[in-house]
Amino acid sequence: MNIVVPVKMVPDLVEELEVDAAGHALDRSFLKLRINEFDEHALEEALLLKATHGGTVTVLALDTGEVDETLFTCLAKGADRAVKITGDFQEGVSSHAAAVVLARALGAVPHDLILTGVQAADDRDGQVGILLATALDLPHVSVVSGVEPAPGGKAATVRQEYSGGIMAELEVDLPAVLGIQAARAAPRYAPVSKVRQVMKTQKLEEIPAPPVEAGAGSTVSRLAKPETADRAEILEGSPEEVADRLLALFAERGFLKR
Amino acid sequence: MQDLTPLNDMAVVIEHLEGKLADISFEMLGKGRELAKVSGGRLLALLLGRGVKGLAAELGAADTVVVTEHEALAHYTPEAHKQALAAILKARPPRVTLVANTAMGMDLAAGLSGSLGWPLCAYVKDARLADGRLTAVSQIYGGKLLAHADMEGPSAILSVLAGSFPADAGKATGTPQVEEVAPPPLDKVRIRFKRLIQPEAGDVDITRQAVLVSVGRGIQSKDNIPLVEELAEALGGALSASRPIVDQGWLPKTRQVGKSGMSVKPKLYVAVGISGAPEHIEGMRGAELIVAINTDPNAPIFNVAHYGVVSDLFDVIPLLTEKIKSS
Repeated sequence: MNIVVPVKMVPDLVEELEVDAAGHALDRSFLKLRINEFDEHALEEALLLKATHGGTVTVLALDTGEVDETLFTCLAKGADRAVKITGDFQEGVSSHAAAVVLARALGAVPHDLILTGVQAADDRDGQVGILLATALDLPHVSVVSGVEPAPGGKAATVRQEYSGGIMAELEVDLPAVLGIQAARAAPRYAPVSKVRQVMKTQKLEEIPAPPVEAGAGSTVSRLAKPETADRAEILEGSPEEVADRLLALFAERGFLKR
Repeated sequence: MQDLTPLNDMAVVIEHLEGKLADISFEMLGKGRELAKVSGGRLLALLLGRGVKGLAAELGAADTVVVTEHEALAHYTPEAHKQALAAILKARPPRVTLVANTAMGMDLAAGLSGSLGWPLCAYVKDARLADGRLTAVSQIYGGKLLAHADMEGPSAILSVLAGSFPADAGKATGTPQVEEVAPPPLDKVRIRFKRLIQPEAGDVDITRQAVLVSVGRGIQSKDNIPLVEELAEALGGALSASRPIVDQGWLPKTRQVGKSGMSVKPKLYVAVGISGAPEHIEGMRGAELIVAINTDPNAPIFNVAHYGVVSDLFDVIPLLTEKIKSS
C-alpha cells in the first residue's frame, strides 16, 4: 500500500505570537515554526500501517520555510520518500491553495491512502485534507483514530471520534483521505544523531508548485488576542503565597474534607 | 433569465445523533435567527437522516425545516451527507450556511466549500452582517488569537465552535413550515456506516465527579503525573487530562476532557499545565469553579478560568497538595 502524508509547518504555540504592525497577520520575522502535531500522528499511523501491511510512505510538504529539517526527520523516522514542493509560500498559504497544490503534486505520486493531521493551528479557511480530497474527488473522513485496511487493500475500516467518547466505525473505499486525530501509538522520536545522518545520506526530492489561483475566500481585517471581560483573577505571589490563597479559596468553597 | 434576487436566507445544518439534536444545533439556530433579522431573509434548518421528520417540531426557531430523508442518510457518513447538502444548498443558495465545527461538521463544512466553491471560515466564534458585508471571527492558533475576516462572494460557509452562542436563543417553540426535499442519487457512496461504538466504562466516570484535577502537556513526562494525581486525591476528586496526555498513552481515553473526549461539569475543575485549546475548553467550560495553573500568561485557559496562577506547576502543585493534606 502506498501511503502519502502531507505535512505542514505551523507556528509553535509555546512561543509568544506577535501580530504585525498592520494588525492583519502574524509577524513572521521571529516566528518559530514546527510540524503540525496532528501531522506527526498521521505519519506515525502511516509508519505503523507500513510495518504491518508493507508498502511505502511518502511525505509531502509545501516549502513554507524551515521545512527541510522536518522532512529529514520524517525520513529518519522511517518514511521512504520526502518531497518538498517549492514555490512562493514563505508568507503562509491558505488551505484552499495548499489543497490545489498538493492535488497537482499527487498526480505524480502513487497513493492508496492519504493521511493528514485532522487540523492545524492556522487552517482558518478549512482543513487541508478535506479540501484535498474534494479536489481529487476522493472520500474523506476526519477525526479518525483507528485505520485498518481490509484484505486486498480496496477498503479500510476507520473509527471517527464523536463527542462524549462515542465513535463511529465506517468502511471507506480506497484511495481515501483520512484526517488523523491520534495514531494508535504515540508518535515516535527520531534522535538528532539519526536526523543528521539522514541529512548526509539521503536527499529531499523537489518539485515546483504550479501557479495557483485559489485563495482563502476571505480577507483578514484584524488579528488580535481575545479580549475577555471575565478573564481569570490572577493570584500573584510566591509559590508559598499562591498555594495559601488556593487553600483559602478551596476552604471557602467547601472543597476541603473535614 | 438570471435570478437577481439577493441572497438573504440563513441556513443551519442540523446535527443530531441517535434521535437527539445536538446542543450546537440550537446555538447555530439562535445565531442564524439574529443574522436573518439583519438580512431580512428566512432561517432554514437543514435536517437530514431517515425517520427524522419528527425532530422538526423541536426546530421552532427556524422559518422552514428542509427535511431530506434517504436510506443512505440513516447514519451520518461524510460523503452521502455532503452530497445531499450540496444539492440542497445549490438549489436555494443561502447568504450564510452555519455548520458545526464538530467531527461530523468538519467534513461537511470544508467538503461543501470545496464542492460548491463557496468560501469557508472555520473555528468561528462570532459572525456579523452589516451593509451586506459578512464578517466572521475565528479562533485560531490554539485559541491564542482571533482573526476577523471579511468573507467574499454572495454565499459563505461558517463552521462554528460549540459554545460560541447561547443555545436558548435557538430553542423557540413553534410550528415551522416543513419542506420535504428528495436527495440527489446517493447510490455511489464510497463510505459505509458499520456501527456506533459507545465509550468503554473506565475505572472512573469523570462526568460524575464533583472535583476534577486535569493534567495537560505542561506535565512534560508520564513520571510526573502522580504529582497531579495526589492533588486530585487530596481534594477527594479524580484525575482527568487534556488530549495530548491521552494521545501519548499516558492516561486512558476515559480520562480525556474535550471535544473528542468527555464533556464535564464538575463543581471544581483545576487545569494543571493545560493551555486551553478550543477543543479542550468545549469539554469543561460548564464547570462551576475553574482554577488554572500555567506558565504562559497568554494561555487561553485563563480566558475561561475564574482564578489563575501564572507559575511553574512543579513549584505550586506539591506545596498545595501538602497544605490541603495537613489542613
